[in-house]
Amino acid sequence: MIRTLHRWPGLIAALLLTVIALSGALLSAYPALDAVQAPPAAEAGLSTAELATRILGRYPSTEQIRRAPSGRITAYYYEGDTPAAATIDPATGAGVRAADTPAVQRWLTRLHRALLLGDGGRIAVAGGAGAMLILSLSGLVLVARRVGGWRRFFAPLRGRLAGRLHVEIARLAVAGLLFSSVTALWMAASTFALLPEGPGAPRFPDVVSGQTGLAPAAIATLRDTPVADLVSLTFPLPGDASDAFTLKTRLGEGYLDQGNGTLLAWSDLSLTDRLTETIYALHTGQGLVVLGLLLGLSALGVPVMAGTGLVVWLAARRGRPRLRHNAGAAQADTVLLVASEGGSTWGFAATLHAALTAAGGVVHSAPLASFAPARYAKAKRILILAATYGDGAAPASAKGFLGRLAALDRAPQVPLAVLGFGDRSFPAFCGFATAIARLAAEKGWSALMPMDTVDRQSPQDFARWGRALGATMGVPLELNHQPTAPRAVALTLISRRDYGAEMQAPTAILRFALPARSLWQRLRGAGLPHFAAGDLLGVLPEGSALPRFYSLASGCRDGFVEICVRKQAGGLCSGQLLDLQPGQTIAAFLRRNPEFRPGPGHAPVILIGAGTGVGPLAGFVRANRAGRAMHLYFGTRHPDSDFLYAEEFAQWQAEGRLASLTTAFSRGARPRHVQDALRADALRLMALVASGAQILVCGGREMAAGVSATLAEILAPAGLTPADLKAGGRYVEDVY
Amino acid sequence: MNPIPAALALTTALTLPGLALARPVTLTANLKDYGGEGAYLAVYVTDAQGAYAGSLWMAGGKSKYYEHLSDWYRATGGDMAQIAGITGASVGSGRQLTITLDLADTLMDAGYVLHIDAAVEDMRDSPSEITVPLTTAGAGQAVPGRRYIADFSYSM
Repeated sequence: MIRTLHRWPGLIAALLLTVIALSGALLSAYPALDAVQAPPAAEAGLSTAELATRILGRYPSTEQIRRAPSGRITAYYYEGDTPAAATIDPATGAGVRAADTPAVQRWLTRLHRALLLGDGGRIAVAGGAGAMLILSLSGLVLVARRVGGWRRFFAPLRGRLAGRLHVEIARLAVAGLLFSSVTALWMAASTFALLPEGPGAPRFPDVVSGQTGLAPAAIATLRDTPVADLVSLTFPLPGDASDAFTLKTRLGEGYLDQGNGTLLAWSDLSLTDRLTETIYALHTGQGLVVLGLLLGLSALGVPVMAGTGLVVWLAARRGRPRLRHNAGAAQADTVLLVASEGGSTWGFAATLHAALTAAGGVVHSAPLASFAPARYAKAKRILILAATYGDGAAPASAKGFLGRLAALDRAPQVPLAVLGFGDRSFPAFCGFATAIARLAAEKGWSALMPMDTVDRQSPQDFARWGRALGATMGVPLELNHQPTAPRAVALTLISRRDYGAEMQAPTAILRFALPARSLWQRLRGAGLPHFAAGDLLGVLPEGSALPRFYSLASGCRDGFVEICVRKQAGGLCSGQLLDLQPGQTIAAFLRRNPEFRPGPGHAPVILIGAGTGVGPLAGFVRANRAGRAMHLYFGTRHPDSDFLYAEEFAQWQAEGRLASLTTAFSRGARPRHVQDALRADALRLMALVASGAQILVCGGREMAAGVSATLAEILAPAGLTPADLKAGGRYVEDVY
Repeated sequence: MNPIPAALALTTALTLPGLALARPVTLTANLKDYGGEGAYLAVYVTDAQGAYAGSLWMAGGKSKYYEHLSDWYRATGGDMAQIAGITGASVGSGRQLTITLDLADTLMDAGYVLHIDAAVEDMRDSPSEITVPLTTAGAGQAVPGRRYIADFSYSM
């Protein structure tokens, strides 16, 4: 509901709001320019009488004096028969420059408030302000949901650039945009006389003294009116004894006799009128220059948010696949309900739908919000694929589901399987799926299989769950879903260094050129996005749709893409990679792996790797420009054969990026594994861990298990276990 | 100079005692290129004693700005009934206002004076920008304005 409320006003009003916001941002500069160029403000306590005396001294034909909310004072007078006007220095009463509004500013003002049209334009702009208000309020709720609650409102963001940019700018600009849109609506209501109107000018008195010629200094009301309160003072028409002074202040307006100075009539401004004046002054920046500039800056965010919002919407639309052979709810033997936020879960659902259909099933796929158990007449199983929005909230496509399930008299008879999609680095991992599974259990809904999860769109997690699902149905079910694989980019090899030939274990460090990326690609999340060492490069070998993943040994700040590859016996992908010559290309894409990297802070880092697993660790050291204490334990075969990064490690040690390097060669004069090296350093490792060190391990599964066991031995005297450290994020593994 | 089509006032704008005959009169005001928003113009008549006699036309639709037409406002107290049915759009910089209305014969050559008050947003107010006696002889003669109106004439 909130999302719909955000999407449609945003899409419809995007262009209009861009015009209003840009013109508003430009206009916001004028009060600031005025303030810089303006003569000094009137001295404190200067009376209107004194100001009028000074101006009349310079311009005896003055008709009217006005004071703008910015404090600028303008006098209107005649030079001979020609009407003239000047901005006045209140200290002297002399004009300092012409009073005309620059033509550009006038044009921008007309564009900003009426699109250069008449009342129709004003109404359209007021509609734009209304849309902006709705967008700001719904956007606030959506941001709070996305980051997981109001208290985390300014928490760091994840996801594609367009979405991140949209929210980053929104968080900064929303206060200004709320203020601008509310005040704009108020001013529009005032212009169209929709607000309760004040009394206006009082009726002109029927009787005046008939005398003329009293100087302003002799009029008590003018002496008692400080210039700070003045709005305008109009002098009586020369030679018209029936006329009077007309005085307008921030409080009201009235007439003063030109013969004896008495107050002939007065009416106070209504509260609404005074509020309108204040709102006008603040919206235009005339009252508070700094506020005006802040509003202008906020407005500058609008075009960017309009563009990124459109990109996010298009991406979500593209992300929802078309389903072939989607059966009706009443015919299906499998009901597949999807709670997707950005659309990626729909991708998984489509793969599952296709696989089940291929296996002879009749599948009905629908958003979870359409849950209608009474219609599932032939269903044998109900499957729910559920993403989580922010801090455990239901995604848009699942609104109301929990309430409806809770309200059921009894749970559906057919068994249920729940699969949660999420990101383990969020506090409420798969919170919504968990809530579904818990409520289903409470309602006594029988489970087809225990609830399972897919972390960060892992195809492996999904395939595993698919096999388990197939087992319950008695059919083999292979789910091959690659959410981002089709968006591969071509990477060109620029250099390779070969190792391990002597050991019959050909290994290479492959370095690819960093492909250039246009802004449009960045916004859409296309091309190779921002990456760091430890992220994964998915390589699509020729002749296979299944990617292989390699840990990156470089970040994009290094200016190249680097991986370490060892030839696997009969390996399709590693074989192709090791045959690659400079100038040739591969198809690859990025998969983030944000947990596998040194944590924030200055605590020491213990890096443990074997074979090509040293790649990302070398990347961490290379990126360690701050000189944090990094201790590397590297296990490989022979110093002369496959000592990857030997030259760089020496150089990085000299530069202070690498604190220490401990090697373990399994085929040398003194064969040992990296576990042995750790054991030999037990006391030092214990001291490092005690001082808060983080441990990062990269290598094969067996090696990682061996390292974990060894560290358990080493840390036992200190009462610590690798499991404890893992729970605290201080022991992370990247295992293949 | 684009003429702005103005509604034809079908009935006499002024209801005066002893009204017997009326004749169509065309009022034409050419505005200067003063470079601002559309001008609000109040066209009205005072009698030989200078007392307000009635309004002929109000160019500009938002009543909250009428007090800037200060002589008209002073004379009428901002009474909206005075301009009911005889209001039109404000007149843009450099444009022309043309109104044709039936004016009572008794207004001619009897000391009545036609006034035009003008006002423009964020610019000076110009009350009685035009003051011209209504005479048969004066018909067709252009009168210059002070601030916003280049010239004004009425013709029968």
